[in-house]
Amino acid sequence: MNVIVTDNGFESDTWSNIFLTLDKLLLINPKSTNKFSLDVPNTTDPKELAPLFARISLIRIAFLNSTDGRGFTLASHLRLLGYKGRLRAQGHVLADQYTMARRCGYDEIEISIELADRQPEKQWLSRSDWKSNCYINQLKQLA
Amino acid sequence: MARKFTNKVLTANRLIEGDVVYLGINGDWVLDHDRAQILKEEEFAIKQLALANKDSGFLVSPYLANAEIRDGVPTPIHFRDSFRANGPTNYNHGKKENHNV
Amino acid sequence: MYSYTEFDNNFNQNRVDQFRSQVTRRIDGSLTEDEFKPLRLMNGLYLQLHAYMLRVAIPYGTLNSQKMYQLAIIADKYDRGYGHFTTRQNIQYNWPKLKDVPDILQDLANVEMHAVQTSGNCIRNVTADHFAGASTDEIEDPRPTAELIRQWSTDHPEFSFLGRKFKIAITGSPNDRAVTKAHDIGLRMVRNNKNEPGYEVIIGGGLGRTPMIGKVLRSFLPRKDILPYLESVMQIYNMLGRRDNKYKARIKITVHEHGINKICDLVEERFIIQRSSFGGFDQKLLIKLEKAFAAPIYINEPIDSYNKSYQSDPLFRSFVDTNLSEHKNLNYSIVSISLKKHGQTPGDATSQQMRMMANLAKKYGHDELRISHEQNVILPHVHKSNLYKVFNELKSVELATANIGLISDIIACPGMDYCALATARSIPIAQQIAMRFNQLKLENDIGEIKIKISGCINACGHHHIGHIGILGLDRAGVENYQITLGGNSTQNTVIGKSLGPGFSYTEIIPAIEKIIYTYLDIRSSNDETFLETFNRVGLTPFKKIVYTPSEIINKSTATFANNNNESFASQEIK
Ligand code: SF4
Repeated sequence: MNVIVTDNGFESDTWSNIFLTLDKLLLINPKSTNKFSLDVPNTTDPKELAPLFARISLIRIAFLNSTDGRGFTLASHLRLLGYKGRLRAQGHVLADQYTMARRCGYDEIEISIELADRQPEKQWLSRSDWKSNCYINQLKQLA
Repeated sequence: MARKFTNKVLTANRLIEGDVVYLGINGDWVLDHDRAQILKEEEFAIKQLALANKDSGFLVSPYLANAEIRDGVPTPIHFRDSFRANGPTNYNHGKKENHNV
Repeated sequence: MYSYTEFDNNFNQNRVDQFRSQVTRRIDGSLTEDEFKPLRLMNGLYLQLHAYMLRVAIPYGTLNSQKMYQLAIIADKYDRGYGHFTTRQNIQYNWPKLKDVPDILQDLANVEMHAVQTSGNCIRNVTADHFAGASTDEIEDPRPTAELIRQWSTDHPEFSFLGRKFKIAITGSPNDRAVTKAHDIGLRMVRNNKNEPGYEVIIGGGLGRTPMIGKVLRSFLPRKDILPYLESVMQIYNMLGRRDNKYKARIKITVHEHGINKICDLVEERFIIQRSSFGGFDQKLLIKLEKAFAAPIYINEPIDSYNKSYQSDPLFRSFVDTNLSEHKNLNYSIVSISLKKHGQTPGDATSQQMRMMANLAKKYGHDELRISHEQNVILPHVHKSNLYKVFNELKSVELATANIGLISDIIACPGMDYCALATARSIPIAQQIAMRFNQLKLENDIGEIKIKISGCINACGHHHIGHIGILGLDRAGVENYQITLGGNSTQNTVIGKSLGPGFSYTEIIPAIEKIIYTYLDIRSSNDETFLETFNRVGLTPFKKIVYTPSEIINKSTATFANNNNESFASQEIK
């Protein structure tokens, strides 16, 4: 079972909903009032997801490699387009990237047990104070 | 296709100081290319490299460099390895200042 | 000049503390080298050919005496008593020890400096015109915008893991001294027809393996839109740029593959929503920054002594004629201090020289210094009454070489003498060219010429845009040097043309000599510069001479010498 990292440190994954791909989600009757969880690659066009926001409660974006920063821009784009649901980064994210992920709009990171072993909770907690020392948040505030 | 193995020395940088070092004859790490151990057996060379890679508390970036014995002394083959062994051209720094170590 | 706020200081201190803990964890073994490497690179620490190298940022090339002084102290305390100024307006220390680096970063933080984002696939240190705020041709000082961009790009959460490094340069003058067309993004400050301030945005320029000249993405961007617009460009690049091949990952390739029009549409579309994410604080900050970079309070003194010294001291006269540029205040000059004394390593300064430059800035230069991408140091505001004093003090530490813009004012990257990526040496080539033409006493006769040397295809030495570019390669285990001619780094950026097959280490200096003799021989008048001659005649005459076996040339050099004397004689008569 994978580990979920939040500002409070490590937690086990309590999300029980099944993750769908975008193709699958589009097959479901649009009138259904159920909320869905969506799995997307970091190459997704956020504009395709925008009309579906009301039907999605969690978007999980895959990080195949920690050096591939596309997932950061994708998240911030989704937030800017108005997505208010949960946003999760999954895969190869380093503790040193936790602040970046949070600043881009992720609520949580899902990492493997192996990664959690190599990068213990302490390292993630040391980055949990993501709101301070942030140039971009300072620059983007209202005058 | 297997290429024929040619003589090597094992070299790396010291983790803390950054100095270039070579695996010496007694299995110690020496600063001087002259005192490097010439590795003639491929299997042995690869084993030493693997060991050096594990020794990450002391070494960084170990690799095998081509070398040969010239006039009785281990000598780098490629000019890049010569510069590493002999220091920069423009100042007497690095290997140029600690030749007596 | 900008001084750090509490916010900047906290940020910087936090980074130093983080790095100190990372180094401790690396040394005690809890971080492997693979894990540590990206972390040290984020703080400018490389492992080079002989040792570690620390690259310290000098944002937009601007610093004051206190900072320069601290750079000298660091050079003495932790290194070999010198530093190397680079083409990206940074300084590199070639021999720091890993265990000392946290202390060096602390010393830097104490004077509001850092080594953040001088490496890695992120937005690098922003560079700017080294004459900013002083030159006569400037529309506007680019440094407030550069500082705004520094803050915006520092630790930007979206852009710390781009496909490749990303470089931004800005100029406030139509005469481009910041090479904006060879950057991932180049910004030129312009006015529209209502005389409102804004920027021309150029993207996709760059040197390296595939040199390209930047293309205009937006011919006028209103000032207030700069950050959301840059952010949009970065986002499009981050999503669209290739990640499958490191050599195709720069934005120049993205632009090349998708076409500037498509990129433009995507950026504009993105920009519409991105604009809403900025609330106005950025523009308030920009106004504050403009105040911080306001012109100094100029002094008013008679300049008779300057005129007298100019008449009486020929060395000073030559320094003035060569190393000074016009200042927007008529009684001031911009002084370029050459770090290219004949035979020295281009861009290197000893700690003693750094201290002297710091002192001079403090005493005579309104406490300002600049680093130029041409690897020299600038005192941007010196009153003419102080010039002779400045000159004499510079002379005392061998910094008064009068060769700015001449053949010995060469850009050279560290090359194989230091750089782990190099394929050949650059420094000794630069040293030998400078020594040779100094010996021949031809430097002033040759006049304006820019030689630029890189030790590998990465082109840190800007060889493509040198009037003469030299690229050092490894051909089957020996150093080999390729020559390009006709490159240009100004607003009329041109990539030089390859002369032909390369030259060995021993052949390259004679080849350069032949090129110069050819130029002297065929120039239409003494006023025609090397570049003008090249643009008039092209490669052919140079090719012919350079690739003709030497025995034949020796004869013609003799004729050249005769001709040359004749033409000198005829000038005398004229
Ligand atoms: S051009 Fe090549 S050799 Fe020169 S500094 Fe850059 S990477 Fe190193």
